[in-house]
Amino acid sequence: MEHIVSVENLSKDYETGFWKKKKVRALDGLSLSVSEGQIFGFLGGNGAGKTTTIKLLMRLLYPTEGSASILGQPIDSVSMHRQIGYCPENPYFYDYLTPVELFDYFGRLFDLDASKRKAKTGELLTKVGLEERDWKKQLRKFSKGMLQRVGLAQSLINEPRIVFLDEPMSGLDPIGRREIRELIAELPSKGTAVFMSTHILSDAEALCDEVAILSRGKLAAAGKLHDLLAESNDQPRFEIVVAGADAAKLRISIPNATEIEQRSGDTLVIANRDSDIEGILRAARDAGGSLISINPIRRSLEDLFVAQTKTD
Amino acid sequence: MTEPLSAGNPFKRVLAIAGNTFREAIRDRVLYNLVVFVLLIVACAILLGELTNGQEARTIVNIGLNALLIFGTFIAIFVGVGLVSKEIEKRTVFNIFSKPVGRGEFVTGKFLGLCLTLLVNTFVMGLGVSLALIYVNNSSLALSIWPAIFLIFFELMITTAVAIMFSSFSTPALSALLTFFVFIIGHLSSSLRDLASGLSSRMASLFLETVYFLLPNLALFSFRTEAANELVPTASMLGYAVLYSTFYCVVLLTIAIIIFSRRNFK
Repeated sequence: MEHIVSVENLSKDYETGFWKKKKVRALDGLSLSVSEGQIFGFLGGNGAGKTTTIKLLMRLLYPTEGSASILGQPIDSVSMHRQIGYCPENPYFYDYLTPVELFDYFGRLFDLDASKRKAKTGELLTKVGLEERDWKKQLRKFSKGMLQRVGLAQSLINEPRIVFLDEPMSGLDPIGRREIRELIAELPSKGTAVFMSTHILSDAEALCDEVAILSRGKLAAAGKLHDLLAESNDQPRFEIVVAGADAAKLRISIPNATEIEQRSGDTLVIANRDSDIEGILRAARDAGGSLISINPIRRSLEDLFVAQTKTD
Repeated sequence: MTEPLSAGNPFKRVLAIAGNTFREAIRDRVLYNLVVFVLLIVACAILLGELTNGQEARTIVNIGLNALLIFGTFIAIFVGVGLVSKEIEKRTVFNIFSKPVGRGEFVTGKFLGLCLTLLVNTFVMGLGVSLALIYVNNSSLALSIWPAIFLIFFELMITTAVAIMFSSFSTPALSALLTFFVFIIGHLSSSLRDLASGLSSRMASLFLETVYFLLPNLALFSFRTEAANELVPTASMLGYAVLYSTFYCVVLLTIAIIIFSRRNFK
């Protein structure tokens, strides 16, 4: 699969202070690539450098070091921007315009003819669930969620080969989130790759083929979501529930278990290795208990995210 | 993957940005208020004319054209300094620059949009003055003032370009102040040259000469008093003023584009 986005050692310093200017590194030597036809999740906590990266790719900021290319073109190429889309975090638009006027304006910037602009406006506004009666309302009267929908729709007006979405679910209610998630999920099948930054890990887990986790401006982990989770689950842990055994007695007889917890009549024991299971079961039987269940504990993206961002 | 991508038609993008800038200005109620206000001033001029013994027409032209210049200058300065800074502050530039729009195209489009606004504004105000003159039975003056109005518009273009140039690197308030200074000095520039030639200090004289050459000579566009006396500028004067204004705007916008192209939008 070809790389649609390539980032090489990208860094960005911000200058702070008025008199004695101090440099703060917001992004530090980021290298990553995104393949065509996939949904790429760009994860990280607040201030990790996600928005800075997207702004660098959108040529809103100039890098201090490094380079990047989209569709094989350098990021400062104006022509390349004809084939990409972008929805900023908390999108801001001209509030005196209506969605129809906004789409007409943006369509003109992409050189779309009048009939195509009109057709795309109706198609996209319908797709993001904006009711027709709102199409001719000024954007200043829109709620945050409605603006988010307009933002997402406008990013697709040129049928881009890749769309950059900065926190696309921000401001949406649960139904809106589900609708937008479904819309994003179908983009790769229509030839649009997605580069999406998000805080909402369940969305990333449900949508993304590959992820990169950014922590304090540095890349903490990157790869296929499935591989990253499998890697972190190399040594699976197990949750064992026994009935009729006292937790205090088990703590003495099972020194290898990380957690032993009394839970309303039952006792929960966590085994760190599968080889520990037999010893735990024997100890439970010796304490007069009986087995209720054994389940492997699979690490979620949230666990991986917390582990990666904490280690820095 | 690396197939050459077409950059599209930059003129169409500039026109789209200009059109949107014009629409924004028109939807801004301040502009409507100014037009109404100037029409009120013209009405006052008519009343004043009645007090000035047969000088109605001249009074109307004097008050009308000066008001037209002042209001046009206010619009050029206050809307001009906000043209780019407002887009940055409201973060609407994020959407624009992610699209195939060069920063030069953006600045040029914003400039042309405000010029179109000023053209419409100047035309409406000029029409108001002409109608007032027709009202006082001076139809010939109602027509002969238009070359002077044309010159005012080209002066306003320079003021707009100055405002945009300053706003590309400083705050709106400071840009407005600096543009206002340029407007004042620009109208006094011939006096500056006279002053420079009369000074004994070589350094002071050189400084004033430099200021004279760097700042626009806005006196070139001043034909308001003459217009009140039914004089009409020559074609060569009009042609020179148009060329001077165009050249000055191109230089100022080039500076603005160079500075704006280096900006980071945090």
